[in-house]
Parts: sequence; C-alpha cells; structure tokens
Amino acid sequence: MKVTVTVNGSQVAAEVPDRTLLVHFLREQANLTAANVGCDTSSCGACTVLLDGRSVKSCTLLAAQADGREVVTLEGLASEDSELHPVQQAFRAEHGLQCGFCTPGMVMAAVSLLEENPDPSEAEVRTALEGNICRCTGYHNIVRAVLAAASERRPS
Amino acid sequence: MSILGTRVMRTEDPRLLTAGGTYVDDLRVPELTGAARVTFVRSPLAHAVITGIDAEAARQAPGVVAVLTVADMDDLPPPPPAPAGEPPPGSEAAPLPLGGPWAEPLLAVDRVRFVGEPVAIVITDDSYLGEDAAELVSVDYEPLPAVPDLDTALAGESLLFPPAGSNVPLTIGAPADPSAFDSCEVVVERTIVNQRLAPVPMEGRAVAATWADGKLTVWVSTQNAQITRFILMGALGLEMDAIRVVAPDVGGAFGAKIGADRDALIVAWAAKHTGRPLRWTETRSENLVGMTHGRAQRQHIRIGGTRDGRILAYRNEVIQDTGAFPRMSGFLPMLTGLMAAGPYDIGRVETAYRVAVTNTTPISAYRGAGRPEATAAIERAVDLFAAEIGKDPADVRRINLVPPDKFPYSSGGGAVYDTGNYAAALDKVLEAAGYAELRAEQARRRERGDVLQLGIGLASYVEITAADAAGGETARLMVHGDGTATVYTGSSAHGQGHHTAWAMLVQDQLGIPLEQVTVIHGDTDLIPFGTGTYASRSLQLGGSAVRIAANDVKEQARKVAADLLEASEADLELDTERGRWQVRGDPASSRTWAEVAEHAGEAGLAADANFTEGQPTFPFGTHLAVAEVDTETGKVRMIRHVTVDDAGPVVSPLLAEGQRHGGIAQGVAQALLEEMVYDSDGNPVTATLMDYAIITAAELPSFELLSMETPTTANPLGVKGIGEAGTIGATPSAQNAIIDAVSHLGIRHIDMPATPVRVWAAITAAASTAGTNTGEGQ
Repeated sequence: MKVTVTVNGSQVAAEVPDRTLLVHFLREQANLTAANVGCDTSSCGACTVLLDGRSVKSCTLLAAQADGREVVTLEGLASEDSELHPVQQAFRAEHGLQCGFCTPGMVMAAVSLLEENPDPSEAEVRTALEGNICRCTGYHNIVRAVLAAASERRPS
Repeated sequence: MSILGTRVMRTEDPRLLTAGGTYVDDLRVPELTGAARVTFVRSPLAHAVITGIDAEAARQAPGVVAVLTVADMDDLPPPPPAPAGEPPPGSEAAPLPLGGPWAEPLLAVDRVRFVGEPVAIVITDDSYLGEDAAELVSVDYEPLPAVPDLDTALAGESLLFPPAGSNVPLTIGAPADPSAFDSCEVVVERTIVNQRLAPVPMEGRAVAATWADGKLTVWVSTQNAQITRFILMGALGLEMDAIRVVAPDVGGAFGAKIGADRDALIVAWAAKHTGRPLRWTETRSENLVGMTHGRAQRQHIRIGGTRDGRILAYRNEVIQDTGAFPRMSGFLPMLTGLMAAGPYDIGRVETAYRVAVTNTTPISAYRGAGRPEATAAIERAVDLFAAEIGKDPADVRRINLVPPDKFPYSSGGGAVYDTGNYAAALDKVLEAAGYAELRAEQARRRERGDVLQLGIGLASYVEITAADAAGGETARLMVHGDGTATVYTGSSAHGQGHHTAWAMLVQDQLGIPLEQVTVIHGDTDLIPFGTGTYASRSLQLGGSAVRIAANDVKEQARKVAADLLEASEADLELDTERGRWQVRGDPASSRTWAEVAEHAGEAGLAADANFTEGQPTFPFGTHLAVAEVDTETGKVRMIRHVTVDDAGPVVSPLLAEGQRHGGIAQGVAQALLEEMVYDSDGNPVTATLMDYAIITAAELPSFELLSMETPTTANPLGVKGIGEAGTIGATPSAQNAIIDAVSHLGIRHIDMPATPVRVWAAITAAASTAGTNTGEGQ
C-alpha cells in the first residue's frame, strides 16, 4: 500500500507491504536511522518518536497507521550544526548517554514528558521513563538531565 | 592547569544526540548496497538429535536467495586438534573453548544442545520475508532427555557429549581439608546461588559482511576488532590480510561481545560462500537465548573465626554452569577463586571449582566476569558470620580488612593486591550514609513493628582489572601539518567515552585542544594490532599507550622545534596551556604545532606505543545500600546507594561516574530482579523483555558517589579500572540490605533475585518456625 507521512516537516511517500512497521518505514524508506529497534515486545522504547506531538513506540504501530500524520524523530529536533534542543543539551551536559543506542528514544520520551508535565518531580520522571530501557547509565544522569531540561524551560 | 580530572563534556555526544549513532544496522556504506538479510533457524528444543532437514519449501518462498545448513559448509578448514592436557587458565580474550569431544560447531551438525542453537540460515531480500521463510524450514528432531540444571548435569544420566563420558569437563582444586577450620570458635556454612543473567546490551548482536576481490570485510558489533579477525582466520581458514574487521558504533556490550561468537562466524562464512553482501541484526527474543549469559554459579561457602569477630578460615567451592558448550572453560570460576578472599586478611583460604555443561545458553563474561561472584560469596559469608556472633557487620569488616601497611598483599586466593586503603573506604561510606542514624531508624521501625522495615547492606570489595595486563594495548599518535592530531587506539569503545578520554590525554601532554584530536578505533586495516576493551583494561593499558606515544611525539617535536628556532633542545619548552613550542622564557619565539609539524617534513610527527603492565591492578571500595521491605507483600524498594569506588586518579570524573552508575544499576538488578529462568525441559521462560525483568528507572534511587584516589605504580597514569566496580560492589550490598531488613525475623539468607514472592516466602517460613528459630530463611 502507499503510505505518506510527514517526517520532520518533509513528506515521505512510499509503496510498502501492509505489515510494515512505522520504525522500519522511518529507517528504510525515510532513511532516518536514529530510532532503533531494541526489542520485539514494545518494552524498551529505543524506537520512540513523536506522532502528532505525542510519544509513541514506532515498533508498535504500522506505517499505515501514521498515514497522513506527522512524525518527529530525533533528527527533527536539531541538526549537529545547529543549536541543540534543551533536552539534547541537558543530556550532553549531564552525561545522560553512553553507547547512544537508547538515546534517540529516551530523548523523544523526555521531550514528550516535559510537554505533558513541565515541572516533574524526580519520582515522576522515573515513572514516566519506565518504558524506556537504558543498560549503560543506571538512569541516574538521564533523570538529572530531564530535571535540568525542565528547570531550563521554566521562566526564572 | 591540566585538563585531567576536570569535567569535560563528551566529544561523541553531538553526533549521538542529533543523528544517532551508526550501528551495524545503520550502515549505508557502498559495499553493503543491496545487502541481503540473514534469518536464523534455531533449535526449539533443548536437547535432541537432528534426523533430517527439509529446506525445499523455504527455498521456493518469495524473496529467498538461499537456505544454508551444515551440509553446505564444505569449504571450512578442519577443526584444530584438541589441546593436550589440562587447558591453561587464559585471558578473557583468548579463544578458550575446550575442543576435542566438547567442540562447538558453527551450524548444528546432528545434535542440538540448547534452545536457540543455530541450525540453518535463510537469506532473503528483506527481513520480513526471512521470518516467513524460516518458518518453512522443516527440521526433524528426536528429543533427548534435557539437562536443564546443575543437579541433572551432575547426575550424569543424560550426557550432552557422550564421547566425553561426563557432563563435567573440568574439576580444579583440592578436596576440603577437614582440619582447616579447627582453630575456629564459630563456623557457618551454606549453599548460595549466583543466578544466571542475560547481559541485554540495547543493541543486540549484529553483523554485516561482504566478500570481494579475495578479501572478507566484516562489520560487527564487537568489543574487539582484532580478536574477531583472529577468530575468523581460524574458523574460515583465511590469512590475516584477507580479512578486515570494523567495529562501528556499538550499542553496549558488557562482556558479551568479546570477539565474535558462532552466529557472527556463520554470517561471515555465508557472505563468502554465496558472494552476496549480507546483514544480520538479531531480534531481542533471539538475543535472550542466542547471546551468551553470565554468572550461573552455585557456591558452597564456609566461614569460621573467633567469637570476637576475627575471620580465620574461608572456603568457596563453586559449581559453574557453563551452558551447552564450555566456551570459557574454567576461566570464570578461576577468577572467582583468585578473588575469593575479597579485601580480607584471612589466614586460611581454600577454593575449588567444577564446570558442568547443561542444555542452556552458553555462559561467558558479563560485566565483572567471575569477580562479582567472588564478592557476592564472601560478602554474604561475612554477614552470615557477623549474624552468628551477634556483631555489627561493619565492625566485622573493619576488624578483618587488609591493613594499609600490608601492601603489596598476597591474598589467600592467590592474587597480589597492589595498593589499597580498604578501611578508609568503609569508614568514608559509613560516615556519608549516616550509618549510626540508619541503624537507629531501623531499631525504631522494628520496635514499632512497622510494615515497612529498613535494611542496611554493606559490601567491601577488591577486584582485579586488566587481568591480562601483559597482553598490553597499542596506540599510534600522529600530529599533522595543520596542527591537528589523530590517535589510532587498540582499545575499542562501546559507550565508555574513549574518544573523549584519549583526546584529553593528548591535550594534557601536548596542549593540542581536544576538539582537534580525532580518535579512531576498531578497524583492522587502520589498526592492525590491538586487543580491545574488556576487564576494565582500557584506560590503564590503552590510555597509558596514548600517554607514552604522546611523550614520544613530544620528544620528536622538540628536535624539530630546536631546528626551526635555531636553539638547543635543552632550551626549548612546550607550553601545554597554549600548545606552543618556545625558547624557555621567550614567548615571542613561540611556534604552533602546525608550524613544527610542517617543519618535520616527510618524516612527520608520529609514534607507536605498545604498553604492557607488569601486573594487573586491584581497585577497591565499599558500597552501602538501604532497602525498604514491605513485610506483608515481600516487595523491596531500594532507597539509597552510597559508594566509594577507588580506582586511582580519575582522568575524567564524568566518564568514571557514568561507569559507576551503570554498574550499580546492573548490580542492583541482579540482587532485586533479573534472572534467566529455564523450565524442567530446558525451555527458557524469560526469553523476551516482557518476561526478563530488566531494571528500569522506576526501580532505582539516585546514587551517592564519594571520591577516593589511591594510585597504583603499575602504569604511568597511576590508574586502575573502573568499568566493573558497580556490578561487583552493588549486588552484595543490595542483597545484604534486603536480608538485613528482615533479619530480626530470624532470616539469615534469601537467594537472588529477591523477588516479592521469594521475600514473602522467607518471611512466611520464618513466622511458621518462630519459637523454634532455626535461623534458616528458605
């Protein structure tokens, strides 16, 4: 079937098998490889992207379900040369990433969390990120990064 | 001021945070254009004879390029001869499989020995079609009685390798000496389990390979490109220069990606065999049964001493479940024995081990590799001993720690500890945690009979890093005509931040800003010799090699600068703040690195170093965990974790803390949640992330890290390894905290993981025996 998705502001249209998952559409058709596949049970969140502004696990949706809708991936937040998004900046400053594999999903989950709850407590951050697994950082610096990004966004 | 020891943000991060890394599945290099996908057909049975494989239907399926079985492997070199005598204890890197009757094939030949063992591969145009076609490969199995656990293995009724005549490939160590504990007033013993864990790097195993113009190129998610090349040479019968191995970004490894395992070798072979570029990225369900597991020891510990707390004798007898193939032979329990005595000065230490095969996924290194098992055993033993004599576990530790004036110290396990100040680490943690107040709060809750009881757990540890110190590591450093520098390192980053740390080392010595230092790793065409990263060896070996190469380049540059400035070498100095050479005291004369490198001409400024250590190093520390246990439900919540991890001078506080954080989480995960479970038929029942209880942010507190730096003399940086401290210290401290929370109920031990049902069962059992207290939990 033909699927058309607006990805990071640009239209991507492709003929794909009906069963194509959104994450594979993004990686193979849109050639955006930041979102990763880390499991096959919707458990790890490495594939998290924003669909119409809300975080979704892109391995859990068919590409067809995103037809005509807007997706933002990690690549859509900022380019390497431009100014980093506050969440990206906070992950760097707080050492919230090591191997980087969970990072694209973790950052998008954090962006979505702060949209819904601009001033979360540490416990709220930990609960909100329960669906995003990181094996490197012990979450300590990820939590700090999200709290730092929240405080950055707050008017002083 | 030196950049070393300062908080420098990582040079790796801008790329990882904007475009994401380039892992094997992300590679879009021209050589892999049109690469076909590999899908494995794996054994669904733990133990069976293969009586036939019918791949015809699969070959006819849409998109199928080829279906390959062992019958197609007619172009492999003969297997190496079985090693004579007892295999020597090797390094984590050495190819350790036992060979002979225990040899492991690539694709299964006529027998399968674990669920997930590779039986055939399907090559298709895309992975969806591969999954479809793999279902059509029909394999006839005749089931054999499964050996799912150690007791069945030791009973020996069903043999995995009938020609070997036993399920026990190795037995090492003397039988217990009955007189060893004669001088002890108190002796405690029990059998404990260090359960099987899955490493679960977020990127599973992944390989891409192409055979072109007589050369095999393999991109693989590995910790060691050069070791992988060595393994490929043996498996495929190729010369060194006919293979290029590249480690692109690697999404975590934790010891489970040392070298390359049989699945990767099969993909590389298939690329050569078919002439098609191929790519394989495993699924998580595949990863949980196909990637090696870790730990899996049953230990019998015996500890004895005086009533006032002096430990006099200790014995740890290990049975190592090695899974279906003895890939590591006796290496892991050998390390457990070496570090058995922990940080304690114990007069009599005995260790012994047996290795047994079972119909489960093979066991290999997992963050700590044999040392977390040693620490878990001795730290449980010390708490059992303290409970028996009714003394505070902190006091018992302090009485028995090796005193600072005894280094270098020859331990009862056989290791020579280089430097340490163990009691200082303990006291620092106790003070920062407010130990006395925690005990007071515990007493108040016990007094009130609160549902939520508080437990305080300690673990003092010493570990061994760079166990293969003599293996060394390489570095090549070049300073270019534009003043920038390139480091080629034999170490192999997979999240640790080597690129930043190595650039910091160059800036420290040469004054070239770290942003202008490019670090390259993991490509055998560019770095023909190197070892890679495991056993917390990188900074002390690879980092020291960078330091030595930098000094070499500096001395070369001094000669060139002397010529350029028409001054004597002795009068020249390098201003490392500005990165400029000048005549001493005459900044006006200064020349940049670009000018000096330019003046060096054709010869350039370049140095190679291969640094080996005379001995491994022994980091140490103490962890204190605070747990809250709900005595009605058995639910545990970790509420604090305070640590000293002393690995000598810290080059990058940011990276060192990151290593400690990650290790603590994995360590707590073992105490609290994670276990790879098999049923009685050898079926894995935790083979997805829905079932394997991997730890998340919601189950952890923030960590409280304290600093202590005791240098070693083993290397020019004075550093020890920090990569595995967390899994070594955190696991027993968390386990001890959980048991401590319910110790007043008469519970002395709960095996890991302390799941709610286990803790609840221990509490219930203790309640039913109250009055006739046996001191046994469950």
